[in-house]
Amino acid sequence: MASEALPLTLHKGPLAVVYEWLGTADHKKIGFMYIIYALLFLVIMGIEAILMRIQLAHANSHFLSPQVFNRLFTMHGTTGVFFVAMPILFGFGNYLVPLMIGARDMAFPRLNAFGFWMTAFGGLLLYGSFFAGDGVLHAGIAPDVGWFAYAPLTATAFSPGHSTDYWTLSLLLAGVGSIAGGVNFVATILCMRCPGMTLSKMPLLAWMNLVMGGLILVTISPLTAAQLMLVADRYLGAHFFDTQAGGSVVMWMHFFWIFGHPEVYVLIIPCFAFVSEIIHVFSRKAMFGYPAMVAATVSIGFVSLGVWAHHMFTFGMPSYGNAFFVLTTMVVAVPTGIKIFNWLATMWGGKIRFATPMIFAVGFLFQFLIGGLTGMMLATAPFDWQLGNSYFVVAHFHYIIVGGILFTIFAAFYYWFPKMTGRMLDETLGKWHFWLFVIGFHLTFDFMHIPGLLGMPRRVYTYEAGRGWETWNMISSIGAIFQTVAILIFVYNMIRSYFLGAPAGNDPWDAWTLEWATTSPPPDYNFAVVPSVRSRRPLWDIKHPDDPDWKYE
Amino acid sequence: MSVRGESIAVTDAPWHIPSRGRVGMYCLIVAESAIFTIFVAAYVFYIGKSLSGPTPREILHVPILSTICLLSSSLTIHWAMAALRKGKTVGFSVFWFITFVLGAIFIGATAREWHHLIYQEGFTIQTNLFGSTYYALVGLHASHVIAGLIGLTIVMILALLGKVKREHSERCEVLALYWHFVDAVWVIVFTTVYIVGR
Amino acid sequence: MWCIVLTSRRVSLVENTTRKTFQPPWWRRVAQVVFVFFCGVTKALASVKSNSISPTNIFAPDSTPANSIYRLSLFELEILGAIFVVVFSLLAYAVVKFRERKEDSSEPAQIYGSNQMELAWTVLPVLIVVVLFLTTAQVIHRVQDASRPEGTIEVTVVAHQFWWEYRYPQFGLVVSNELHVPVSDPNHPTPTFLSLLSGDVDHSFWVPRLAGKTDLIPNHPNTMWIDPHETGVFLGQCAQYCGTQHAKMLLRVYVQSHDDFDRWVHDQQEQAGADPSVAAGRALFVAKACFACHTIRGVMAIGRIGPDLTHLMSRDTLASGAVLNTPENLRHWIRNSGTFKPGSFMPPQDLTDSELNQIAGYLETLH
Ligand code: HEA
Ligand code: HEA
Ligand code: HEC
Ligand code: CUA
Ligand SMILES: [Cu+2]
Repeated sequence: MASEALPLTLHKGPLAVVYEWLGTADHKKIGFMYIIYALLFLVIMGIEAILMRIQLAHANSHFLSPQVFNRLFTMHGTTGVFFVAMPILFGFGNYLVPLMIGARDMAFPRLNAFGFWMTAFGGLLLYGSFFAGDGVLHAGIAPDVGWFAYAPLTATAFSPGHSTDYWTLSLLLAGVGSIAGGVNFVATILCMRCPGMTLSKMPLLAWMNLVMGGLILVTISPLTAAQLMLVADRYLGAHFFDTQAGGSVVMWMHFFWIFGHPEVYVLIIPCFAFVSEIIHVFSRKAMFGYPAMVAATVSIGFVSLGVWAHHMFTFGMPSYGNAFFVLTTMVVAVPTGIKIFNWLATMWGGKIRFATPMIFAVGFLFQFLIGGLTGMMLATAPFDWQLGNSYFVVAHFHYIIVGGILFTIFAAFYYWFPKMTGRMLDETLGKWHFWLFVIGFHLTFDFMHIPGLLGMPRRVYTYEAGRGWETWNMISSIGAIFQTVAILIFVYNMIRSYFLGAPAGNDPWDAWTLEWATTSPPPDYNFAVVPSVRSRRPLWDIKHPDDPDWKYE
Repeated sequence: MSVRGESIAVTDAPWHIPSRGRVGMYCLIVAESAIFTIFVAAYVFYIGKSLSGPTPREILHVPILSTICLLSSSLTIHWAMAALRKGKTVGFSVFWFITFVLGAIFIGATAREWHHLIYQEGFTIQTNLFGSTYYALVGLHASHVIAGLIGLTIVMILALLGKVKREHSERCEVLALYWHFVDAVWVIVFTTVYIVGR
Repeated sequence: MWCIVLTSRRVSLVENTTRKTFQPPWWRRVAQVVFVFFCGVTKALASVKSNSISPTNIFAPDSTPANSIYRLSLFELEILGAIFVVVFSLLAYAVVKFRERKEDSSEPAQIYGSNQMELAWTVLPVLIVVVLFLTTAQVIHRVQDASRPEGTIEVTVVAHQFWWEYRYPQFGLVVSNELHVPVSDPNHPTPTFLSLLSGDVDHSFWVPRLAGKTDLIPNHPNTMWIDPHETGVFLGQCAQYCGTQHAKMLLRVYVQSHDDFDRWVHDQQEQAGADPSVAAGRALFVAKACFACHTIRGVMAIGRIGPDLTHLMSRDTLASGAVLNTPENLRHWIRNSGTFKPGSFMPPQDLTDSELNQIAGYLETLH
């Protein structure tokens, strides 16, 4: 099957193709499925976001009922975190990690397929709630407890019916899938490296996916545990979060954020990985301070395990508790700063080529910087007493999730699409996509900080006039339109380029890591001969035999 | 990092990477430990917080015998693996079987304890916070023992059919690792439930 | 350094209470301008120290806790603004300066790292973090561990799904939805300490100009305090998602002069009026389901599910700020609370027009 030009095998019968994909255990096909699946959900959650933005554009709007609005933000947030960001990053990781470490597949291909299908069923189950009970037009009985579902709102007394069960069970499934993925990432990266690729010669992408995999093991599991308790409460009549029986609802908050905070680093660390790869290739320089980058990633991983209660500054912890979590949270700025400065130093003195992947990466740097700094404001407990649970928080995390994660994901698409399909994405459309999205993003999320500073809480389906919030909300809503157009252009670009794009060749970006050494798209077995490497940039060594990297590292 | 001399061809250098079976199992153990940590934390947090009885002291009896069985099964599975590594398949089968029996005794004892609590004491997961956390934690552990027993059974059947040879020791090792983990967790669960919590 | 000045303040209500005369020195104003890059119009918000932009502007504090936070935030914004300007300038410079030039296709010099530089950008952030942490810890301590001076008013706040209950144990009072507190003179502070409880799910008490928010959690009592320096109405709202009508669980704090406050307490302590002309309405109130959920002191109505109605007419709004308390709104509310607050826990009442008028007429006498 090495002769396939495109991953979609069009010369076979449609049934055979479907069967092949459903039953596949090939890391590239699974990666592909993860990505497609996540893109689908991106559009769905984006539509949910648009509906919310329409509702919030004016004061006292009657576009949506409170019940529907509450379901929308719950579904939007849950989908975004679990069924857009996680799977898309898993998808890229699945596709790229074996290629970049010179392996033929993941360590456990069948476990890999199992992980994907668990995640996939989780998402379908969550959206099944829209069709259950009250039908589609009444928005069914989708959960409306918010994406962190604070107890006791999830108790049967306060959310009767089954909407919350959909939420719990779907995250339980997806969590099992993610743990399977985490096991696989760690095992693959530790055990499948090609000869010569010591830990200190792995591409940064492999390192960061290793840290992500490790984090998944210790963060998703607490969520799974908490969900099991919630299921026990709701189905078996246990009292874990039952205040009537003396249970503590604060315990849920702790458990959720012991998961929830490291989770956000699970999302951002693979993005650091994409950015690291892209920035050094397009600056035409070796990564600056590779050991420091690795050390910073690992320490972010560790420190992130001890900061969770910064989501709970308003819960009435004693002052020393608050102070402790202020300290640990702020400490994260140090390794993160190291990364930012190392990226800047990599660009410094380079010859930067502003192809679409690179402009998205620069957008990431700019926006992540701001998002990180607003994070520091929230980390200051007293300031958080004002800002917490306001639109300032919403702006903070969209700055990182959309401005950081989504931007890098776009960068990754422009960078690796040629490898995955053998065709280039269109650069002109790419620039349109970038600029429209930048405009839309900044309109929406820059101005979203302001109502937060003016006292607007999040998760309100409407607000009264005269609070000074209308203008800013209107601007935010307008920005969402630009984002929609940008994403439509992106989708169009992918579809068009898949069929009509310029052929990519093996190595369109003149890059240095192993995935560019094989054909585009890679054959089923990835490499005809298992490669062996002597430095972090094996292709540089080949391209510059007179001045190879391994002399310096 | 040291600079390699140009003359050393990298491909010739011996290339050792860890076994993926073991790494995978270690990962799973890390994930499972995190789950247990949360359940233990919940248990400890709720010690003495139940609004109504019964209390652990009133109804829990320390399961000394089954604990000894479970812990010694770690030893027997260790011996089983040692035998397999030396190629002594009979010794392997015997010790493997003893391991299985010890594990089964443990599960049987837990089942009896639960039966007693539920039918004689009327103590269920709904009774109070103690009930919720007790059944959840002990049940979580028991479910892991059962999973382990299923694994042991499969290998045992294969061994009886004479299909387990020295070259399978790597795979059995992975299962043994899991069994050791289940035992180690019991030490923590036991301490939490029957010593600290009582 | 300003942070030292800040950290050297002792924990005391009197000293920190610089009324509204906190004037930053010129260089801090300049730094504030710098911050404009960072967050658009924050400068405008932060320097206009009034509520003209919004009645809930966190940069218009009028009470010691809010003021402490305000000053901490200015300090932090300056530092973060400076970091932003530095890093952004480096980025902009790199992007402009190191673009690829068309004519030249050689690879640039390959640099693998520099220990000195990497050390520098590790140590510097560490120092900044230390400074930020110490300043923050000081403010946490000052706000959270403040002691209660003589003359403190104690209020127990009980949050319910979509409305507020306030108990004044010192006065034997229970009122709903609109909180009244006396103004606090910085020289003779009479702060109000709030004990925060919840009857059902999590809520959060947030009146931005008076203090940061603190959550009300079942089985987990919290406290917070305010000492408003000016009279007037301060707005806020529930800031923890608590269900369908979380959005309309608004907060109104009436800060009154001591005399006005005493008069208000006295009025509220009165039993409900028993105007004979509305006896029919009163009877209906008890005959219909109302009394099961509402308390009217002096009438056989002792429900605890809904707000206390004993002095309903002393309130400006209905249903925790959802609508103005007008005769018309009152009638709409009683007939179907969903008109204003769909999802609230007061069920629609099945009343004929005349019954409705009688009940509403009765409620209108409850001053
Ligand atoms: C991937 C996503 C992501 C990332 C990377 C981060 C990163 C950070 N976040 Fe954020 N955060 C979220 C996603 C993310 N967050 C989400 C989703 C929520 C809300 C959840 C919800 O409630 O629904 C949230 C909420 C949240 C809160 C709780 C707010 C509240 O609910 O009250 C806090 C409080 O401390 C916080 C802080 C931080 C900090 C300090 C960082 C730091 O990691 C940032 C570090 C980066 C920098 C500081 C910039 C670069 C550094 C330098 C240039 C060096 C020099 C700088 C200094 C010395 C300061 N975040
Ligand atoms: C991956 C994570 C992710 C992403 C990408 C986004 C993207 C966006 N988010 Fe979201 N958001 C969250 C995660 C995310 N969000 C989380 C976790 C919460 C908290 C939830 C909670 O409180 O429980 C939240 C909450 C949240 C709120 C607050 C709700 C509230 O508190 O009341 C708002 C309000 O504006 C919002 C808006 C947006 C917008 C406008 C986008 C835009 O960037 C979206 C852009 C995408 C599109 C526009 C899709 C493109 C669509 C098409 C191509 C189809 C075109 C067709 C039509 C429009 C008909 N989000
Ligand atoms: C099942 C309980 C229940 C019954 C019966 C009930 N109410 Fe209510 N009522 C509530 C609740 C709960 C609220 C608060 C709703 C909110 O703000 O979300 C409320 C609010 C009100 C308010 C606004 C109070 C304020 O402080 O703003 C008025 C007035 C009122 N009810 C009148 C009545 C009358 C008159 C009747 C009978 C005809 C009645 N209620 C019957 C539960 C009830
Ligand atoms: Cu009460 Cu939100
Ligand atoms: Cu966090």
